[in-house]
Amino acid sequence: MVPRTVLLRANDEIETLNYSGFRDRLASHLADGRRVLSCFGTPQTEAPTGPPVLHAIVLGLTGLEQFCGRGTPGDEFPSLSALYPQMHCFEREIHEQFGLSFPGHPWLKPIRYEGRNLGRMDDYPFYQLAGKEVHEVGVGPIHAGVIEPGHFRFMCYGETVHHLEIQLGYQHRGVETLLTKTPPRKLPPLVESIAGDTAVPNVVAFCRAWESLCGVPTRPGVEAVRGIAIELERIAMHLVGVGGLATDVAFLPGSSTYGRLRTAIINLSMRLCGSRFGRSWFRPGELRYPFGPKEKDDVRATLQLVRRDLALINDLFGKSQSVRHRLETTGTVPTALARDIGMVGMAARASGLTCDLRNELPAGVYQQHAMPLVTEPAGDCQARAVVRLREMDESLSWLLRVIEDLPDVGADPPALLKPRANSTAVSFEEGWRGEVMHAIRTDAQGQIAHYKVQDPSLRNWFGLAQAVRDNAIYDFPICNKSFDLSYCGNDL
Amino acid sequence: MNVALLIFHLTVMLVAPIFMVGIINRVKSIWAGRRGPRLVQSWYDIARLLRKTPVYSQATSWIFPYAPYFVLATTITAGLIAPVVPGFAILAFPGDLIAFAYLLAFGRVPLMLSALDTASAFEGMGASREATYSALLEPVLLLSLGTLGCLNNVMSFQDIVSAGTRTEFDVTVLAAIVFALFVLLVIESSRVPADDPTTHLELTMVHEVMVLDHSGPELGVIQYTAAMKMTVFAMVIAAVVNPFSVAEGGVIAMLSMATSLVLLGVVAIVVGLLESLTARLRFRALPLFILAAFIAVVIALVAVVARQGGLR
Repeated sequence: MVPRTVLLRANDEIETLNYSGFRDRLASHLADGRRVLSCFGTPQTEAPTGPPVLHAIVLGLTGLEQFCGRGTPGDEFPSLSALYPQMHCFEREIHEQFGLSFPGHPWLKPIRYEGRNLGRMDDYPFYQLAGKEVHEVGVGPIHAGVIEPGHFRFMCYGETVHHLEIQLGYQHRGVETLLTKTPPRKLPPLVESIAGDTAVPNVVAFCRAWESLCGVPTRPGVEAVRGIAIELERIAMHLVGVGGLATDVAFLPGSSTYGRLRTAIINLSMRLCGSRFGRSWFRPGELRYPFGPKEKDDVRATLQLVRRDLALINDLFGKSQSVRHRLETTGTVPTALARDIGMVGMAARASGLTCDLRNELPAGVYQQHAMPLVTEPAGDCQARAVVRLREMDESLSWLLRVIEDLPDVGADPPALLKPRANSTAVSFEEGWRGEVMHAIRTDAQGQIAHYKVQDPSLRNWFGLAQAVRDNAIYDFPICNKSFDLSYCGNDL
Repeated sequence: MNVALLIFHLTVMLVAPIFMVGIINRVKSIWAGRRGPRLVQSWYDIARLLRKTPVYSQATSWIFPYAPYFVLATTITAGLIAPVVPGFAILAFPGDLIAFAYLLAFGRVPLMLSALDTASAFEGMGASREATYSALLEPVLLLSLGTLGCLNNVMSFQDIVSAGTRTEFDVTVLAAIVFALFVLLVIESSRVPADDPTTHLELTMVHEVMVLDHSGPELGVIQYTAAMKMTVFAMVIAAVVNPFSVAEGGVIAMLSMATSLVLLGVVAIVVGLLESLTARLRFRALPLFILAAFIAVVIALVAVVARQGGLR
């Protein structure tokens, strides 16, 4: 039995169309307002340098749907981005990785400088703004704080930003290639370091995909602990994010208290699994640290303490006029725009979208214990802060409910897992930032032929660029922090 | 007596900046639930910078290394004019309050030039912001000092603040002026809610971004100067509020000096509280903050002029 967030198919079972059929199918899903969760390419087995096999994962009415598009040499793919801007990042990525041309793509710029763009970071086609009083401000790739590298180019008129161009790729490590070449037993530590702040959703998505491929049944006890780990990480990262926002608007009580509470959460994680970031907690089919009555009491006591203090500081932060003055109407992404550009996760929910895979496709422990959907309509920095504050509250209550009703974990299955040959497993997990996808495709020998990872940041960076438009350049750091996107998650 | 006052004035002007910063940081630390650094920590920081070798960008010219010392010189001179206690300032001459205002303005010029000198987009933005704010602040400063002068019908700093016995009317006018001076202090010394001295976000900085390329002794001088500028404004506030004039001599003079020292501490604590409990203002709201100070002092001026029977 495969969880609902995982799609397992034998490669020849997947509906395969030609490019134009694939494009029409994709366009009709988009026209119907379905969520296209991912669209990526894999090399053809018989002709690795030929046109790629395209895969689309769509959230249909009954669950995940997958279909493929196969091209012949010389095929082009008339771009869908002009009609459906949310496709822009997928088409850019496929173009970069396989050189497939997308005629009519309005914004065919590098995503992360792999494949055909490797080593060409110095000639990014920046959008040009001309005029006597217009000026450009370049920020990064090295920034003042201890953060990841990325280049931001602002086209400004005085203090007003007319356009922000975000150039990423400085963190490109060749993750997908590395994952394809690595022996399966060594995969989990690698998967955990794809994006250090999203270690748990990545490893859980990987474990589910791998377990499905190997035919290992999911165990409710393990699923429950995975849910606990994901929600603990969500609380910890939301605390960091809101604390960072407080720091950026110079609101001292917020920055010090949220930081302190975050330590309580990650130290709890440390006591539960030996890592403050939840690393090495889970392996395929395996729960590496017991979750017994002692752990349960620890979680309950810690969360109740955090909940008490969180209520106080949320009240102070939420009611502070000076904070609201800074955050409200800053960096607004209206609902329609957020939907058009395909934003996902926490940032999309702050723009009034209802995308949350824990709700759309409840699997594992989320099936027994529903997670309430949190959305805010405004789409500004205040809305993103409020969504995070409310999600923390929901996660805390959820965790306190779940630990009182833990199924027995049971014994671990035999450690040697053999994946099915010629199959594809696509696995999703709603992390704190948004949906993380791991897609594993095996060849005839049961070896990994292709490994695809997708971080929510890939789709949300464009949202940040849109949010900053017509805002003061001075408000950019707040907008950036409120989105809290991953550089390495995008760069892979 | 004058020698004692002279030594007192110089000591306060040169030493108080270290403690002002120390008190502000201590207040912030307490609100953040930390113990905080010792009160004289900023002195150790500056001393460390003074021992370092500066590094210069290839884009900079001769103006870059000298600008910080120039600003220090103008600030010290302004500090000699500004009284700590009512009735005494080291430099006193008719019209010295106008000299005070323009010495501070004069100090900005080389700092802005040295920022532009680096050819950095950030520093250019910082210089532009500094220029905008100084243009907005200047009328507030001149009107506050002018109102003080009108209140006592004199044109020298040390006399305008020696109010002697105060009526309720005087107290009301002085309250408006103290408010305006406090707004000036906050903005001039780049404190929250006008600026954030601890931020690392270049895009949001005003004063800090102009000095990003300075290093070593020059950076130390800039930090010391910024603290001194804040102290100079705090000195003026203390002198305006202080009801005891040193001109009376004896015990009253001693009391006057003690009161001013306490008032300096109070100003630092208020700045620390403001910094602990409010977020920074939105950039575009800052002119409104300045406008509030402007309106307060205009009302004070009109009241003073009206009471004196109109303009003569």
